[in-house]
Amino acid sequence: MCLAIPMKLVEITGPGVGKVDAGGVRADVSLAMAPHAVIDDYLIIHAGFAIEVLDKEEAMIRLDLFKELAEATRDEVPD
Amino acid sequence: MLRDYAGTMKFMEVCGTHTMAIHSSGVKSLLNKQISLVSGPGCPVCVTEKLFIDQAMFLAEQLGVCLITFGDLIRVPGSRGSLADLRSRGGLVKVVYSPMDSIEIALALAPQPVVFLGIGFETTIPTVAVTVKTAFERKVGNLFILPAFKTIHEPLKILASNKDLTGFLLPGHVSAIIGVDSYGYLVDDFKKPGVVAGFDGLDILYALRSLVKMTVSGKPGIENNYKTVVRSEGNIFARKLIDEVFEPADASWRGLGLITGSGLAFKAPYDTFDALKRFPMQLPDAPDDPRCKCALILTGTLTPNQCGLFGRECVPENPVGPCMVSSEGTCAAYYKYGGT
Repeated sequence: MCLAIPMKLVEITGPGVGKVDAGGVRADVSLAMAPHAVIDDYLIIHAGFAIEVLDKEEAMIRLDLFKELAEATRDEVPD
Repeated sequence: MLRDYAGTMKFMEVCGTHTMAIHSSGVKSLLNKQISLVSGPGCPVCVTEKLFIDQAMFLAEQLGVCLITFGDLIRVPGSRGSLADLRSRGGLVKVVYSPMDSIEIALALAPQPVVFLGIGFETTIPTVAVTVKTAFERKVGNLFILPAFKTIHEPLKILASNKDLTGFLLPGHVSAIIGVDSYGYLVDDFKKPGVVAGFDGLDILYALRSLVKMTVSGKPGIENNYKTVVRSEGNIFARKLIDEVFEPADASWRGLGLITGSGLAFKAPYDTFDALKRFPMQLPDAPDDPRCKCALILTGTLTPNQCGLFGRECVPENPVGPCMVSSEGTCAAYYKYGGT
């Protein structure tokens, strides 16, 4: 039930409703729980609803961590 | 850090998606002998009692109601078969991804009554609240909800009082709704650490590391390791929606029994959507198969491989209890990924 995926808000299609996109797959979702969402925000989508807006700063920290991890383990992989 | 620590630690996760993430990542096989990880009542389908399925079947078979449900409920056995069985003999059962889909279905089938099977934790509850509000505004008079919503704090307090449990891996998206700050009692009343974790194998490992550190140092706290999505204060919009439509009520959990204030009931004027109010039912008790250990597995007392039915009579294709049926059930996770 916790299964939810991040999708980018590409369009507000009506009051409290928006269109989100993840890799070309688009869906219409309710923004009732994320009224503060703006275009280009990444939203966590669950059961046709945006349940939260992804924190971009935290996401960048996380991506940087993964990059660091990838670089560290790359050195360990034998040629 | 563990070298000087003599004790053992048992951490419980209370989120079905964590159950799956832990087992699919194989993280348990990396833990040393002192640390064990046990699954708790994190799967809403698994903790919903058999009577709920019987009520749904009664509504459909005796009262001609069209049932609308999330997909993972459809193969859960009731006292006389599952909703999938009902559908295969002509019963009207529709599976939806979003509770909002119930509105269009109800409008299309009016005046036939349509009942949405309302199971779920705090991630799902606000989606049903919005559905009910929308149906109210649009005067959808033939849509009802059979409520079996459950909230996490009361059962978590009961689990926290179990001396065998050292700390908790806290749910990801439920926490996004209720907020990290709401778990303070784990430390204040039970002196146990809790970490909100994401769903990647690395997230789980990192959260476990935090839990171990806090246990060894004797300084329990609540940490948020899923900051991309979870805020300290949670989602205030979602909580307002829940408070508008629902109020706390008692609820019965498979494995934990009746827990005061762990469920939700409709508030006026939305109580007109309550299927139990509209269609009062008096059904016989629906005990679980006595050989099924789902109730004990849900509280971390037993593991699936300690159930005599596991992998023999009870397999995903032919489940005896909901822990094997549900995509987030502990037994299903053990079966699919090989539990440790």
